[in-house]
Amino acid sequence: MAGPAVPTPPSGPAPWRNPRVRAVAFQVVALVLVLWVFWTIFQNTLTNMESRGITTGFGFLDNTAGFGILFSLIPYDETNTYGRTFVVGILNTLLVSGLGILFATIIGFILGVARLSPNWLIAKMALVYIEITRNVPLLLQIFFWYFAVLRTLPGPRQSLEFPFSAFLNNRGLYAPSPNLEPAFWAVAITFGLAIAGAVVLVRWAKRRQDATGRRFPAWSVSLAAVVGLPLLVFWLAGSPLTWDLPALQGFNFRGGVRLIPEFIALWLALTLYTAGFIGEIVRSGIQSVSKGQTEASQALGLRPGQTLRLIVIPQAMRVIIPPLTSQYLNLTKNSSLATAIGYPDLVSVFMGTTLNQTGQAVEIVAMTMAVYLTISLSISFLMNLYNRAVALKER
Amino acid sequence: MAHSDPPSSDTGFRPIPPQPPPVTVVGPVRWVRDNLLSSPLNIALTALGLYLLWLVVPPLIDWGILTADFVGSSRDDCTSGGACWVFIATRLDFFVYGFYPDAERWRVDVMFAMLAGFLVPQFLPGVSARVRKWLGIFGLTVYPVISGVLLLGGVFGLEAVETGKWGGLMLTLVLSYVGIVAALPIGILLALGRRSHMPIIRTICVLFIELWRGVPLISVLFMASVMLPLFLPEGVNFDKLLRALIGIVMFQSAYMAEVIRGGLQGLPKGQYEAASALGLGYWRATGLIILPQALKMVIPGIVNTFIALFKDTTLVLIIGLFDILGTVQASIVDPAWGRVAIEGYIFAAFCFWVFCFGMSRYSQGLEKKLHTGH
Amino acid sequence: MTRLAATPVAGILAGCFAAAVALAGPAAAQTLDTVKERGELRCGVTTGLSGFSNPDDSGNWTGIDVDVCRAVAAAVLGDADAVAFVPLTAKERFTALQSGEIDVLSRVTTWTLTRDTSLGLNFTGVTFYDGQGFLVNKDLGVTSALELGGASVCVAAGTTTELNLADYFRAKDMTFNPVVFDAISQTIEGFASGRCDVLTSDQSQLYSLRTKLDDPDSAIVLPEVISKEPLGPVVRQGDDEWFNVVKWVLFAQLNAEELGITSENLDEMRASDNPSIKRLIGTEGDMGEKLGLSSDWAAQAIAQVGNYAEMFERNVGQGSPLRIDRGLNALWSDGGIQYAPPIR
Repeated sequence: MAGPAVPTPPSGPAPWRNPRVRAVAFQVVALVLVLWVFWTIFQNTLTNMESRGITTGFGFLDNTAGFGILFSLIPYDETNTYGRTFVVGILNTLLVSGLGILFATIIGFILGVARLSPNWLIAKMALVYIEITRNVPLLLQIFFWYFAVLRTLPGPRQSLEFPFSAFLNNRGLYAPSPNLEPAFWAVAITFGLAIAGAVVLVRWAKRRQDATGRRFPAWSVSLAAVVGLPLLVFWLAGSPLTWDLPALQGFNFRGGVRLIPEFIALWLALTLYTAGFIGEIVRSGIQSVSKGQTEASQALGLRPGQTLRLIVIPQAMRVIIPPLTSQYLNLTKNSSLATAIGYPDLVSVFMGTTLNQTGQAVEIVAMTMAVYLTISLSISFLMNLYNRAVALKER
Repeated sequence: MAHSDPPSSDTGFRPIPPQPPPVTVVGPVRWVRDNLLSSPLNIALTALGLYLLWLVVPPLIDWGILTADFVGSSRDDCTSGGACWVFIATRLDFFVYGFYPDAERWRVDVMFAMLAGFLVPQFLPGVSARVRKWLGIFGLTVYPVISGVLLLGGVFGLEAVETGKWGGLMLTLVLSYVGIVAALPIGILLALGRRSHMPIIRTICVLFIELWRGVPLISVLFMASVMLPLFLPEGVNFDKLLRALIGIVMFQSAYMAEVIRGGLQGLPKGQYEAASALGLGYWRATGLIILPQALKMVIPGIVNTFIALFKDTTLVLIIGLFDILGTVQASIVDPAWGRVAIEGYIFAAFCFWVFCFGMSRYSQGLEKKLHTGH
Repeated sequence: MTRLAATPVAGILAGCFAAAVALAGPAAAQTLDTVKERGELRCGVTTGLSGFSNPDDSGNWTGIDVDVCRAVAAAVLGDADAVAFVPLTAKERFTALQSGEIDVLSRVTTWTLTRDTSLGLNFTGVTFYDGQGFLVNKDLGVTSALELGGASVCVAAGTTTELNLADYFRAKDMTFNPVVFDAISQTIEGFASGRCDVLTSDQSQLYSLRTKLDDPDSAIVLPEVISKEPLGPVVRQGDDEWFNVVKWVLFAQLNAEELGITSENLDEMRASDNPSIKRLIGTEGDMGEKLGLSSDWAAQAIAQVGNYAEMFERNVGQGSPLRIDRGLNALWSDGGIQYAPPIR
């Protein structure tokens, strides 16, 4: 049965020259080193905190904070806990970054288009604007907006009055706030249902057009449903909504909702600073779409609007999305500069005042960083999903 | 047949000398019509633009130049109602050198001069690529060492100047320059690690990069200044500036890694395969073939991160280091001067603008130059 | 192909650790010896607070907190200029002292029980008796803090000021809107632009900040003082020798004022027959040796920095733009509460 003797295979390289062995060895060494560094830090921190009499643990979150916060989206007063200051901070951070992202995107797109405008004056003004905002530190811009805007506004007793009982003074922008009665929930639910229905309708219409070529005015029908149905329910339920109007009392206005100047200044600075960057991203995105694409689409008989909407923008978006994502991340992280002008964001409230009062730096800094990390990763995740949707599908 | 003479009779053809084109189709008028007034929308936009300029520019010139005070030595010399530039002039040395001892300031000047010495040729058109390259390498390797020795002192008969005395523009430059130069090698290694096939290495690098990129610099600096002492064994103590630098370098290297990764990904696969085919090992392939090409591609990106870092150094004022904005902040509270906050901030903004604008122009120029290959 | 990329990471980590170890230095062993050996005192101050510690036009530190450190340096090293000033924010100050980065913290720090106990610190005395007050615009017509209900209040973050404010308003059952700034320099900008009705801080600061207004007379400091703020130098616990040195330098300056010794008449005083003066100047007894210093320790501090009155008037008193009255900070014999134990 024995076949011809199998020649012994040439022996492999010595273990220290074997790539696979070396790879494993390096990885083990690296892992051990990393773990050892973390363990050392952990041990040192424990020893140091003990010897300096610093308390540890998260028990402080249940203690009474005892300090006021200027602006909060949820009910808060001095008797609430440190844990609640954490939540207040997170919500304020999310508010200013969310609105900042929204408006920076809008203004950024306008700037990007303005840079390519055939109007010389507009193009140059956009250029000057971008070159100034991009090259001056954000911190200085925040100071500028805060103090420059505040100085020009009148005091509470000489407020600028706007329609619908809105007032603007150096304490902020006051507007009527809606008082929702229980029945208002019916309106909100109708609105939600109408939107869901509209999404289904648009999809169905698209499928039908793809299959049969027959068109259905899905967009106008949806719009009518989304606006009309809630209004109908609102009227049927007997207008379950009243307005709380701001009025001057003592030093300040009471009632209504108020946007504090710190918020307005921070939001303006973040928006205008980031918009400069987004403007350049949009410009280079649009310029990256080759002229042949536009010409080809015109040759196919598409109108200029359609060319822009169906040909240029989708292709530009592929170039725009990745840098746009990092601008969104930057804006969120930059909102931590709020601490310089006293907008009560997470860093200012929690890593500032709460930390000063409790002295538990390790826990508080770790919690703060974890929040920012979570927000950053969520934004990256969402933008990656969107990026995948618009990415070039190579077949 | 030679050219016949033009007909000499009076009744013959006599060309009318060419008329200048109507003023409406050439020259400034044409330019204005084409560029500013080509459509109703454009007319409206132009009007709006001019109105905005009118709102902003005249008051600014009035305050900053026409009614401003330039000469003098104290608050009493600021009487005209406009900007008080006297304040800036008086404090200029403080804004540039911080607390650096008077007698030793020549050392800072030498550092500035050397910086200009190798940066300016990068912008000049007549300098050969070879010279530029060597000056660049000098700037990244020898220069930081010389400057460090020069500024710190304590050797070669130079008086030691501790880092607590550093400040102003000089500190801003030190922070951003060290930040970028130290972050470059770490960033390269992280970028290579992130593209490694070894799962553990890749995971460590990805975690490191995403962690630092996900948190604000303000909290990194805060951690470096307040918490780092807690992390170290008892009795071990860092210089405060060094702690801030560690924070900045960690933070910056993560950004740098992403920029370099872009360059590595941008290289065609053939380059890697060709290097392999030549029998080069990983390090030689990377060092000789891959990195030189990838780094060249990402120079504009590196300059852009540098600009971002340069602006971000303003945040060190929250940990009590006196960068240029910190010196301004400390100066505007001096009761010997009136309200000079605006002048101070404008001065700081102008300093940053000059540097950042210059660098961004440089990076845009490079981008254009590198782009011509396609 | 990238299999060897492990080394860089390992290299970085090893490098970091090597750096950490290489930079290890002695911390808080015997501070006095360390300072003498170094030939320099390391002193933590604010990042800019006029009258207390602030860089002047040419970048030299001035202020009463600064002079406290200069006096210690003069007493210990014989040279008031042998001080390295480390500017610190409110958040960093205690860590910097605990970790041995500075030898003494002289940074408008309020003496409280918690800081004395759980933070492991020792206050060596009180350089300035302060109290939190309110600055308001005259136009408001407010004459008492009790009329401030509903007001917007500008306040700097990171100090006891914020807590006192909340306590006060709660105790008086009034509401308020805190506008919390990171730096004291911003609070006055906020006040000047009308963002707040009231600015609260230690009274000494209110006077200093008021000079920043376009019209300093348009604002007044209300009579109410809502807290006790004894400000003084701080050292680490567990080093009694150093604690004594810093403590007695201040006492020496106070005693000098009491005995009428100033930097100007010091030389004449050497001829004095008064035993108290002789002991203080060091021409009699061995007070210096008992502290581990040379015999002319107090004389050096007085010659180079001055007595307490000189220090006060030059930085925050009538010789400065702040023009703060001595008030509580007058000697006990002049109606104040500054009282130094005798040197004997």
